Amino acid sequence: MEVVSPRTLEEALRLRAAEPGLMPIEGGTDVMVDLNFDRRRPVGLLNLNEVPELRGWSRDDGLLRIGASLTYAQVRQRPLADTLPALAEAARTVGSPQIQNRGTLGGNLGTASPAGDSLPPLLIERADVELASVRGVRTLALERFLLGPKRNALAADELIAGIRVRPSGARQTFMKVGPRNAMVIAVVSLALAVDREREELRAAYGSAGPVPGLVTASTGERETFPELVAAAAEPIDDLRGTAAYRRHALRVLVGRALERCWA
Amino acid sequence: MSAPPARKLQLGRVGETVQRVDAIPKVTGEFAFSSDLFAAGMLWGHTVRSPHAHARIVSIDISQAVPMPGVQAVLTHEDVPGAKHYGLEFPDQPVLAIDRVRYFGEPVALVAAEHPEQARRAASRIAVEYEPLEPIVDAERALAQEELHPNRPTSGHGYREDPRPNVVRTMVVRHGDPDAEGDVSVSGVYELGIQDQAFLGPESGLAIPDGEGGIDIYVATQWLHVDRDQVAPCLDLEPERVRIHLAGVGGAFGGREDLSMQIHGAMLALRTNRPVKIVYNRQESFVGHIHRHPARIWAEHRADRDGKLKCVRMRILLDGGAYASSSTAVTSNAASFACGPYAVENALLESTCVYTNNPPCGAMRGFGAVQTCFAGEAQMDKLAAALGVDPVELRLRNALAPGDTLPTGQKLTGSLPVAEVIRRCAAIPVPEPDGLPRDAIRLPGGSGNVTRGEGVRRGVGFAVGFKNIGYSEGFDDYTAARVRLFTDRSGGLVAEVHCAAAEVGQGVSNVLVQVARTELDIVDDVLLAPHTTATVDSAGSASASRMTWMSSGAVRLACAAVREELDRRGGSLDPGEEIDIERIYRHPRTTPLDPETGQVTGERAHVAFACAAMRVVAEVDTELGLVRVAWIGTAQDVGKALNPQAVHGQIEGGTAQGVGLALMEEIQTEDGLITNASFTDYLIPTALDMPRVVAELVEDAEPDAPYGVKGVGEPPTVVSTAAVVAALRAATGRELARVPVRPEHLAGL
Ligand SMILES: Cc1cc2nc3c(=O)[nH]c(=O)nc-3n(C[C@H](O)[C@H](O)[C@H](O)COP(=O)(O)OP(=O)(O)OC[C@H]3O[C@@H](n4cnc5c(N)ncnc54)[C@H](O)[C@@H]3O)c2cc1C
Repeated sequence: MEVVSPRTLEEALRLRAAEPGLMPIEGGTDVMVDLNFDRRRPVGLLNLNEVPELRGWSRDDGLLRIGASLTYAQVRQRPLADTLPALAEAARTVGSPQIQNRGTLGGNLGTASPAGDSLPPLLIERADVELASVRGVRTLALERFLLGPKRNALAADELIAGIRVRPSGARQTFMKVGPRNAMVIAVVSLALAVDREREELRAAYGSAGPVPGLVTASTGERETFPELVAAAAEPIDDLRGTAAYRRHALRVLVGRALERCWA
Repeated sequence: MSAPPARKLQLGRVGETVQRVDAIPKVTGEFAFSSDLFAAGMLWGHTVRSPHAHARIVSIDISQAVPMPGVQAVLTHEDVPGAKHYGLEFPDQPVLAIDRVRYFGEPVALVAAEHPEQARRAASRIAVEYEPLEPIVDAERALAQEELHPNRPTSGHGYREDPRPNVVRTMVVRHGDPDAEGDVSVSGVYELGIQDQAFLGPESGLAIPDGEGGIDIYVATQWLHVDRDQVAPCLDLEPERVRIHLAGVGGAFGGREDLSMQIHGAMLALRTNRPVKIVYNRQESFVGHIHRHPARIWAEHRADRDGKLKCVRMRILLDGGAYASSSTAVTSNAASFACGPYAVENALLESTCVYTNNPPCGAMRGFGAVQTCFAGEAQMDKLAAALGVDPVELRLRNALAPGDTLPTGQKLTGSLPVAEVIRRCAAIPVPEPDGLPRDAIRLPGGSGNVTRGEGVRRGVGFAVGFKNIGYSEGFDDYTAARVRLFTDRSGGLVAEVHCAAAEVGQGVSNVLVQVARTELDIVDDVLLAPHTTATVDSAGSASASRMTWMSSGAVRLACAAVREELDRRGGSLDPGEEIDIERIYRHPRTTPLDPETGQVTGERAHVAFACAAMRVVAEVDTELGLVRVAWIGTAQDVGKALNPQAVHGQIEGGTAQGVGLALMEEIQTEDGLITNASFTDYLIPTALDMPRVVAELVEDAEPDAPYGVKGVGEPPTVVSTAAVVAALRAATGRELARVPVRPEHLAGL
């Protein structure tokens, strides 16, 4: 299989436009699994690991820009971890140290799994996805980027360049339920923020609907919020858990998260 | 000729901790597993498997596959040179499916090609037309459904006649008066899912034609000679022309007792006259070996007011899947150990295993005793609660002791220190609960960060279990060892040990060397020859916790004979002179159980027994149903620890496997099709799920065994599932009658 390794974003976008059959690869922690299981047979790989513009993160007047290549291990580091604490907590739950060293936020967005652990924390911070192509750059609210299970709004000639987010400063947390204490795909997950400034409660669930979903309410609705979130979710029965359990767990998680973030 | 100076080996004898011979290469990644094998010019084999759990094969068309690039052979059942069926104990399994497939993943055709990818592509061009049949997937219903094996392969082997369809074996043990009443009675229905051995090294091996019609097979297996004896008839070769050599084993746990790629690789190699390598991938591995029998168990325990067991009644239904494998022995074991390590005057124990179209089941660590220990120990706790007696005390009151009689009528003549393991385990101080706040990683849910202590309750559980050591019911079991004594260049005496004992990670290689060092204290060095069928007779299986006992017995005999011969020759060897002696060791003979009553027909049906007690502290998030096993203390009856570090390793590993069955390990199926054939969804414990184990070794010598040794691999697995679930019950107050326990059950949904 052919692997092309562009050295600039511009070159990457040109290659992307010229050969949409090339599959972008960052950490490869999803791509390589798919290839191994023969789920996908791309003509080649577009290796984004040598593209400097996709790396690191920067801050400009309160607006954070996170490159698509940021790994979970990097997300866990300060000062970024203090700025997006729920995302850092989510990063800690991802796979194992090996996966956290290779896996990236861009890859998690690319996969767009209902169980993607970075997605709920980014939803509660109302993050935007930065999509680049030879045609230019557009940003899309994450909610609108996620279309369905493993489906996103990426156009055939686009790459995920990064994430733009204005950190709310709200107290927040991330929780993930799985039958094993590490290395597990979320049976259900939750990110929650208590935003005093905007008097808003924001919760986003994972693995409880076709896409991670955002639910908001005013801080005055604390009592009913667990029920509201549980009712908004659209969980199903599958081999990892039942719909009833997912809804129940979500209720419990929201109650605990509110407790954790209220003070 | 002068006597050699006494340069005795000082270290590494029996009873001392010796670093595993394979420790460093395994840690550094240099150890060659069977999947790492390579031979110049080798081809890659691939297996075409059934996508159905039950179907008739209408036709197999290979014409599109044969001309594919790189393809050197495409084989079906028509190409099997000899016997078309094989089996570990009963030849009921086709080498390649003939007119019917009976389980999901059953091998149907083979391809050999220059590159594994070419083999896979060609395999996808083989057109198999199936006519799907209704799969038999419920063990209870199977007893009234159409016969999957109308010729009843297991009947007429001295087993009880059971005319119901699809019975692999039924075993009934009647002991005393099965209708005896007690002052109290407790009952329950228990269920266990299908556990997988989940060894990390997938089935793999390399078959190399010897150019004279014979074949050398390098493979990860548990019993080299029984592989040979199954492979040879299917290839239509004399056994000597099939040589099996042990390749690096990446875990076994019973899952490598049955054949996987051996015949297939050999068929392709003999057809192409080229070496052929086959490596299963992870998904394929889940259908490439047998699993632990899922079970449903109905139990009733009756006791008098003092807590003395009066009568145990248990009905055990095991799902054996599509082929017999070792199911008949598992069936019998389940009944034999149904009462646990307790003295019971009266019992009625009925164990039945059925054929279904579910994944085939056979040997797995614990072998029938795991299932009944889970049910029996839950019953003992229920009884303790009903009587208001401390559960440990109740177990002590009923503990079996030498001189007692088992439900099978076998008198305990050897060692079985049940009361002592209970006392020793109970005496290990249970640590204080870890305080709060603490890192979520050390709370239920672990890295999921779900609780800071909310909803968490602590529970402590206790369980005791036992099982047999060695093969039972009259099986003529032996182990051969050969010792060659010669002088090296500097005149030192060297002993070379040949034994076909499979090193499956349990550490038997060390044991073989340790025994030779102990028995031949005159030698300067001990070498271990490769494990193979080519140079020595059978060692029997690395299973049933038997190998350390049997192989140390055999090496000891051979060493004694060598020693005697050396003495006869004046105590030394000249350069070039050698002594080469093979000896066979047998354990005390067993006899079958009576098919009607399940009673012994001689002195014993089982060779010996080993027991273990375990206490588990678990924290449960009772709202989310998540668990942290916080601490495990155990005392195990080991006879004599030949290599104490290895014994502790076996206890920890065996315990982890039981923790896995208690909390997460289950092969899930839908109409017989496996739906979670990957480590994404078949979960095994991680380091965060497994606490440190404090283990006490109880050394009570087994009178009939070399050095008083007992096997140690299985008792921890037998007892740990029961002990973990007991802790979960204590934390939640729920019945939890099924394992693996699911979060929704712990949360009461
Ligand atoms: C053992 C294991 C454990 C795991 N555990 C977790 C877990 O706990 N939680 C979790 O959420 N995930 C988990 N994953 C999944 C995976 O690690 C994550 O989804 C990770 O974020 C993927 O990142 P990556 O850089 O490896 O992506 P890659 O595999 O490189 O790519 C993933 C997808 O995104 C596309 N893509 C990547 N970069 C771009 C880009 N810049 N523009 C457009 N498309 C792009 C790729 O084409 C591909 O479709 C696990 C995976 C493994 C193997």
